[in-house]
Amino acid sequence: MKHSRQTFFFSPQIFGILLLVSFFVALIFAVLLGSENLRFSNLSRTEERILFDVRIPRVLLGAVVGASLAISGAGLQALLRNPLAEPYLLGVSSGAALGTAISFVVSVDLELIRPIFAFAGASLATFAVYQMAKSKAGMSVERLALSGIVVTTMLSSIIVLLTTLLDSTRLRSFTFWLLGDLSQGTKVGLYVVSFAALLGLFVMVSQARALNLMMIGERDAFDFGVEVNRVKFLVFITSSALVGVSVSASGSIGYVGLVVPHLVRLSVGSDNRYVLPFSMLAGAVFVVVADTIARVAIAPRELPVGAITAIIGAPMFIYLLKRT
Amino acid sequence: MIDVRNVCVAYDDFEVIKGVSFSVEAGKMVFLLGANGSGKSTILKALNGSLPIAKGEILFEAKPIQKFSRLEIARRIAVVAQESETRFPITVQEFVLSGRYAFSSAFSFDTEEDLEVATWCMKLCDLSGYEARLMNQLSGGERQRAVLARAFATQAPVLILDEPTNNLDLLHQISLFQLVKERCKNSLSCAVIVTHDLNLASEFADEIVLLKKGEMIAKGEPKQVLTEENLQDAFGIKVLLDENPVSKKTRVTLICENMIGSLRERSENLRLPAQL
Repeated sequence: MKHSRQTFFFSPQIFGILLLVSFFVALIFAVLLGSENLRFSNLSRTEERILFDVRIPRVLLGAVVGASLAISGAGLQALLRNPLAEPYLLGVSSGAALGTAISFVVSVDLELIRPIFAFAGASLATFAVYQMAKSKAGMSVERLALSGIVVTTMLSSIIVLLTTLLDSTRLRSFTFWLLGDLSQGTKVGLYVVSFAALLGLFVMVSQARALNLMMIGERDAFDFGVEVNRVKFLVFITSSALVGVSVSASGSIGYVGLVVPHLVRLSVGSDNRYVLPFSMLAGAVFVVVADTIARVAIAPRELPVGAITAIIGAPMFIYLLKRT
Repeated sequence: MIDVRNVCVAYDDFEVIKGVSFSVEAGKMVFLLGANGSGKSTILKALNGSLPIAKGEILFEAKPIQKFSRLEIARRIAVVAQESETRFPITVQEFVLSGRYAFSSAFSFDTEEDLEVATWCMKLCDLSGYEARLMNQLSGGERQRAVLARAFATQAPVLILDEPTNNLDLLHQISLFQLVKERCKNSLSCAVIVTHDLNLASEFADEIVLLKKGEMIAKGEPKQVLTEENLQDAFGIKVLLDENPVSKKTRVTLICENMIGSLRERSENLRLPAQL
C-alpha cells in the first residue's frame, strides 16, 4: 500500500532530490557571481579575502535566513489555519526589527545581545497579534491580516521615531538593514542564525503531526489527542526565535514565509512532515537567488534583497487572498 | 465503560446541564435526543473532557475522565463533531490518517498498519478511490464520510457521534448506523450518538436518553422512552406511534399540521409575515 499522490506535482522523494540539487546549484552560482569578477583559477590575496570573508559567509547567511523565515511561515500557517500567515505580514518581523533598532540606538553592539532583543520583540509582536485576532467566533483571515497590519504600522512608527536618534552614517546602514540586507552579516551572526535554524527545524518537525491536525481545526486536534496549548506555545516561540534571530542578522526580508510554503504545498501537498523541511530548503534557495540578483543586477551598487522578495511575494499574496 | 453520574455543566454562571446520569456498557449504542439547546452536544463535549464539569463525575473504566491525558483519551474515545473545513489542500487519505495521531510517535511517518487501517476505514465509509481527492473539493456528504472514516481509523473503543448523519443520503445514513452497531457488537466497544432522526434512533438504540433544557426527562429502552407524552414534552411535537412492520420497533410518524400553532403557543406573537 502506498500513498496516492497523483493530486500533486511531485512525489516527496523526487521533490526532495530536486530541492537538494537546486540548493547546491544556487549556492555555487551565488558564490561564482558577484560585483567583483573573481578569477577562480588564480586568486590574488584580496580576491581570496573577498571570496572567503565576504561572499561565502554572505551566501551562507542568506541560505540560513531564508530557511528560517520559510519554516516559521510554514509553521505559523498550519497553526493559524491560514495560508496567508507570514512573519513579515503578521508584524513578527517588525517586532524583531524594533528589538534590533533599540539595541542599535542604545549602541549595544555585542553581537549576541542583538538577537536576544530581536527575539523578545518578535515574541511580543506574535503575542499581541494573536490576542488581537482571537475572538469567540475563532480567527478569520481578515482579523488576522488586520491585526498584523495594525501591529506592523505601530511598530514601524516607533522604529521611525527611534531613527531620529541615529547619526547620519548609522542611519543609512540602519535603513538599508531595515529593508532586508545581507551585506552586514558577520561570522558570529552566521553561527547564531545557523544554531537557531537547526534548533527551530528540530522543534517544528517534532510538531509536524500535531500541526497536520491543527491545520484542520483546533477542536479536531484537541479531540484526536493534541495538547493544543503546548503546540501553540512551541510553534509561536520557535517562529519568534527564528524570525528574531534572522531579522537581527539581515533585516526584514518579507514574503519568504508566504511564497515558499505555498509553492511547496502545491508541489507535494499539505503534510507538514514534508512541508516543513522542504520549505526550509526551498527558502534557502529562494533567498540565495534573490540576494544574488540583488548583488549583480546594478553592480557595483546593490539592491536590498527584501525589495526583491517583496516584488515576487506581494502579487502572490494578492493571488492567495483572492483564492481563500 | 462510561459512567455519567449526576453531571452538571455550566457556561460562565449559566447551567446548561443539570444533573444528568446514564451509563454506557460495552457493545451498546446510547442515543441522546432532545430539542435544539437541550444540551446534547454539551454532554458529548464533557464526555471526552473538552468541557470541564461543574458537578458530578464522568467515569471511564471506573476512573474519572480528568485523570486521563489528552493522548490517553484520544486513544480511547473517537469523536465525530460538526464538520470541519480547511483552506489547505489535504487529501482524503491524509485526512483519515490524521486520526492515527494518538497511536504513533511524534517523528514517525505512517506505518504499514496505519495505511492499512486507513484504507480499510475508507472502504467501510464507501470512500474507496477517494484517496487522492482533496477534502475541499468534496460534497458535504462525502466530507462527512471522511470525518467518519477518520474516527473509525482511531480504532478507539468509544465512538462519540454528534449528528453523524448530517448531509448523508438515506443509504449512507442507514449503513453508517449499521457499521457502528457491528463495530460495537464485534469489538465490545460502545457509541454515544446525538441525532434528530427519531426513527433511526428507535431502530438502532439500546438506550435513549431524552433531554429537555439540560435536564433528563426520560431514559431507557426506545419503547419506553419514545412515547407520545415524552415527545410532546421534549420537542413540542405531536406524533403517532405504532410498530414498524419490518423491525417490530416503535415507529414515529410526525403529525405535521398545526405545528406552527404549537410554536405560537410557545412565543405569543409569532406570525408569518404577509410576503411569505
